Amino acid sequence: MSLTEKDKAAVKALWAKISKSVDAIGAEALGRMLLVYPQTKTYFSHWPDLTPGSAPVVSHGKQIMGGVTEAMSKIDNLRGGLLELSELHAFKLRVDPSNFKILAQTIMVVVAAMFPNDFTPEAHVAFDKFLAAVALGLSERYR
Amino acid sequence: MVAWTDFERATIKDIFSKIDYEVVGPAAISRCLIVYPWTQRYFAGFGNLYNAAAITSNPKVAAHGKVVMQGLEKAVKNMDNIKATFTELSTLHSEKLQVDPDNFMLLGDCLAIVVASQLGKDFSPEVHAAFQKFLAVVVSSLRRQYY
Repeated sequence: MSLTEKDKAAVKALWAKISKSVDAIGAEALGRMLLVYPQTKTYFSHWPDLTPGSAPVVSHGKQIMGGVTEAMSKIDNLRGGLLELSELHAFKLRVDPSNFKILAQTIMVVVAAMFPNDFTPEAHVAFDKFLAAVALGLSERYR
Repeated sequence: MVAWTDFERATIKDIFSKIDYEVVGPAAISRCLIVYPWTQRYFAGFGNLYNAAAITSNPKVAAHGKVVMQGLEKAVKNMDNIKATFTELSTLHSEKLQVDPDNFMLLGDCLAIVVASQLGKDFSPEVHAAFQKFLAVVVSSLRRQYY
């Protein structure tokens, strides 16, 4: 399920439409994830406030989308281009990789709510593949 | 027995009163067939599913989208006993249609995205959480008769 040239073009086209809002998308997506999939809260027990819109959620959502933005620039080599981030998630954060899929889904729900006309089925499949490839890149160093 | 809060009950009924079944059902099924193309294996008799344009304009896909929405409406009307309400449907999907139950949440995810694009800001995080819980109960009930 690797990214074809058509996928990359579709992802870049979608990104052009949403890139000005990445910080907001990140904050929304992370806040939603903690609420909609409460099992993910286990990774953030050190935060004072896990509710959507809280300071740690907004700031961390921005950080996550910063990572996705970096992945966009490395779209031709996600497997090898995210090694530092992979080591962070594997050895320090120890996030179970099944959660990457969960966050990907919430990111897409937010994009669909904010950009319903741009998140066409074609954009959806390409973006889903891209986020899955990012997840694979992040999983690279796990074992 | 699933414990629904008053907010969750009201929210689910509200979502289903706001969305257009004729739009959401076909859109969700089409998306599922496009985004997760292996799900097309269950629709071999539907004719042309060759590409996204063919899928979105396929009348059998659209008709089936409405069937799915009618099934979900049954769940909305019987929120306190979705398990029993879906016993027959579960047996149907398991024994006759032979659908891999892992596929149910794929359709669920597409539904969430379609409903989000329909409701926009109204699909708040809290509304989203209630909807996801509803989907999880529906999926669990559909999985129940598999052996």
